[in-house]
Amino acid sequence: MTVETTEVRDAPRTRAAATKIRRAQQDPAWLRWILTGLAIAVVVVLIVLPVLHVFAGALAEGAGVYWKNLVEDPDTRHAIGLTLTVVPIAVAANVVFGVAAAWAIARFSFPGRTLLTALIDLPFSVSPVVAGLMFVLIFGLQGYFGAFLRRDGYAIMPYLVSALLVLLLAVASFVFRPSQRRARRGLWKTPPLGLALAGATVFVLLVLAQQALGVWPTNKSLKIIFATPGLVLATAFVTFPFVARELIPVMNAIGADEELAALSLGANGWQMFWHVTVPNVKWGLVYGIILCNARAMGEFGAVYVVSGHIAGETDTMPLRIEKLFQEYNMPGSFAVASVLTLLAIVTLVVKRKLEDRIPAPEQGRRTGAHP
Amino acid sequence: MSIRIQGVSKNFGSFQALADVSLDVPSGSLLALLGPSGSGKTTLLRIIAGLEVADRGTVLHHDENITEYEARDRKVGFVFQHYALFRHMTIAENIGYGLRVRGVPKQERQVRVDELLKLIRLDGLGSRYPAQLSGGQRQRVALARALAARPNVLLLDEPFGALDAKVRTELRQWLRKLHEEIQVTSVFVTHDQEEAFEVADHVVIMNEGRIEQVGTPAEVFERPANAFVMDFLGNVNVFHGRVERGRAVVSGLTVAYPDYPHPEARDAAVYVRPHELEVERSPTEAGSLAAKVLHVNPTGSRTKVELRALDSNQLINVELTPERLTELGLKSGDTVHVAPRRVRVFVPDYEI
Repeated sequence: MTVETTEVRDAPRTRAAATKIRRAQQDPAWLRWILTGLAIAVVVVLIVLPVLHVFAGALAEGAGVYWKNLVEDPDTRHAIGLTLTVVPIAVAANVVFGVAAAWAIARFSFPGRTLLTALIDLPFSVSPVVAGLMFVLIFGLQGYFGAFLRRDGYAIMPYLVSALLVLLLAVASFVFRPSQRRARRGLWKTPPLGLALAGATVFVLLVLAQQALGVWPTNKSLKIIFATPGLVLATAFVTFPFVARELIPVMNAIGADEELAALSLGANGWQMFWHVTVPNVKWGLVYGIILCNARAMGEFGAVYVVSGHIAGETDTMPLRIEKLFQEYNMPGSFAVASVLTLLAIVTLVVKRKLEDRIPAPEQGRRTGAHP
Repeated sequence: MSIRIQGVSKNFGSFQALADVSLDVPSGSLLALLGPSGSGKTTLLRIIAGLEVADRGTVLHHDENITEYEARDRKVGFVFQHYALFRHMTIAENIGYGLRVRGVPKQERQVRVDELLKLIRLDGLGSRYPAQLSGGQRQRVALARALAARPNVLLLDEPFGALDAKVRTELRQWLRKLHEEIQVTSVFVTHDQEEAFEVADHVVIMNEGRIEQVGTPAEVFERPANAFVMDFLGNVNVFHGRVERGRAVVSGLTVAYPDYPHPEARDAAVYVRPHELEVERSPTEAGSLAAKVLHVNPTGSRTKVELRALDSNQLINVELTPERLTELGLKSGDTVHVAPRRVRVFVPDYEI
C-alpha cells in the first residue's frame, strides 16, 4: 500500500518519457486512488476503529476504574494468571511436536507422510467447538477414559511417567551411541537383552522412587475436563499447526545438504540438529512460536467447551471477557479485552520485525551474513 | 587409501540408479565419474560417502568393509555442488567444524584452520561469512572444510558445476595441483568431459546405472569401448550403413572391418570424429563421399567446416587446420570429397 501511494506522488515529477512507459505498464491514477482508498477504508472500519474502541471502552470511566477492573477483581486476576499458565505449556508442547513433525515431513519419505501432512492441518479445519467436544467425549466423566482417570488417574501416573522417561532414555542412547561397532566400548557393548533388563530396572526404580517420595497425591481424583489439563489439551490441539506449518517450508527451502555435510564431517545426529538445523530454522521457529502464542492466548471455542466456565477456576482471559460482557460489566470486559489486544499488537510488531529474517530460498544466504 | 566397490545396486522406487556396479579406485588417484544426468554417478558417490545406502553390494576402503558404517565414521571428505557451507558460521568455523565435532582442542583447531586458509589462498578472510564470498571462494572453503580432518578419501559432487566458465577453469587447474600436493584418493562427479579429461588421471564413463568404460583420458578417447562412449565424448559424425564380409559400407564409402567376416549383411553405425575426416577436391581411390560445403567457421585453432553429403543429405562436421583450409581455399557452395582417416564401426549387439 505504501509503495503504491509513493508512486502516485512521484508520478508528476518524473520525465515525460518515463511517465508514458509507466502508463503502459500501470493502471490509471484514478483507479489506483480508488482501490487504495477502498482498502484503507476497509482496514479502518473493520480493524482500526474496533481496536480503538476497545481501549476507549476500557478507559471510559477513567484510568482508576480501569486499573481496579484489572487488578482488584480476583476472578479477572485468576483468569490472567490461568492464561499465562496454560499458554506457555501448550506452546512448549507444540514446539516439540511441531519440530518433530516438520523434521519428519521435510527430511524423510515414509509411508503415511502425505497423511501426516494433511493431518497437521486438521486443527485448522475443524471447528474449535468440535475439538473441545471431542476432548469432553474422550476425557469427560461420561467419556472413554474419564471415569477411569477420575478413579485411578494419579495411581497410574508413576507408571506412565516412568515409562516415558525410559522411552526417552532409550531414544537418547540410540542417538548418542557410536554408530561404528568397533568404536563401542564398555557399556555400549551391552547386548540387547541386557539393555532390556537395564530399562526394566530403571523403570521399576523410578516407580518405587515416585511412590516413596509421594510425588502424586493418593486421595485426589484426576480431572481433565473442567480443569487445567483439559484447557492445555484443547489449546494445544487448536494451535498445533502453527509451528510445523512455519517450519516445513523453511526446512524445504534450506534443503538437507548442510545437514548431510555436518554428518559427513563427523557430527552425530544430536550435534547436527543443534549446530546446523536449529540455527538455520531459528527465525522460522520463533515466528511459528509467536503465531502459536497469539492464537493460544485468544482461543475461545475449544476452551469454552472443556472449561465448564467456572469463575476463579477455569476461566481464561477470553472466557472472562465474555462473562463480564454477559454481566453488562462493559468497562470490566473491555479492560480485560484491552490487555489481550495489547498482547496481540505486541505480537504483531515482533512478527513484522521477524519476517525479514525468515530465510526464503534466495534470501537464505543474505540472512547468513548478519547473524 | 584405495576404494573398492563390489556389485553395488540401488533403486529409487522403480528407477534403477545403479545396476551391479563394481569399481576399483587406486590409492592416491584422482578419478572422474563422467556421465549424462541420471547415469547414477552422483548416487555412486553418495554411496561411497555413506550419504546413501546401497540396496546390494559392498564398499571397501583399503580392504576394510565400510558398507555398514555411517557417514561420520567413514573418514570421507565430501564437497557438495552448491557448497553446503554452514551459513551462520564464519569461514574459520566452517573449516574447523569437522575437528570441533571430533573433540579437537581449540588451539590445535586454530592451527589447522590457518594452515588450510593459506592452502586455499583465503588467509585473513577467516572471520567472514559464506555469504560474503564469491562462488569460487566458497567452493574452496568447502574443499578446505572437507580436508580439515584429514580424510582418507575426498569426494566431490560436480564441484565446479555452479561456477562461471573462467572461475571453473582456474579451479580445475588448482584442484589438479592441490591433488598433486596432498595425494589423497579423490573421486569427482562431472557431466563435462573436458573437465574430466583435464583434471582426472582416470575416467569412469557411466550410463543408465552401469559403467561403460574405465581408463585414462587418452585410452577412453582413443579406444572407446562402445557407441555410447564414442558418442558421449563429444562431437562425432555417425554414418548409418551395413557390414558384411569383413567390410563396412556407407553409401559410396567402403572401409575394412575384419571383425565381421560373415556373409549376411547387418546394420551398423560408422563413427568418425570431425578431425579424422580429410577433405579433398577430387574423389580419392580409397573411397570418399561427395559433399557440399555449407559453412566455414575459421575461428579458433581448428577450422570447423559444415558439409552436406550429396546422396544422403546428411550433415557432416569436419575440423581442419588453418593451413589445410588455405591450401584448399574452401568456400560455401563448393563440392568436395570427404574421406575418413580413421573410423570406428559399432554393430548393435555386436560391439567391438
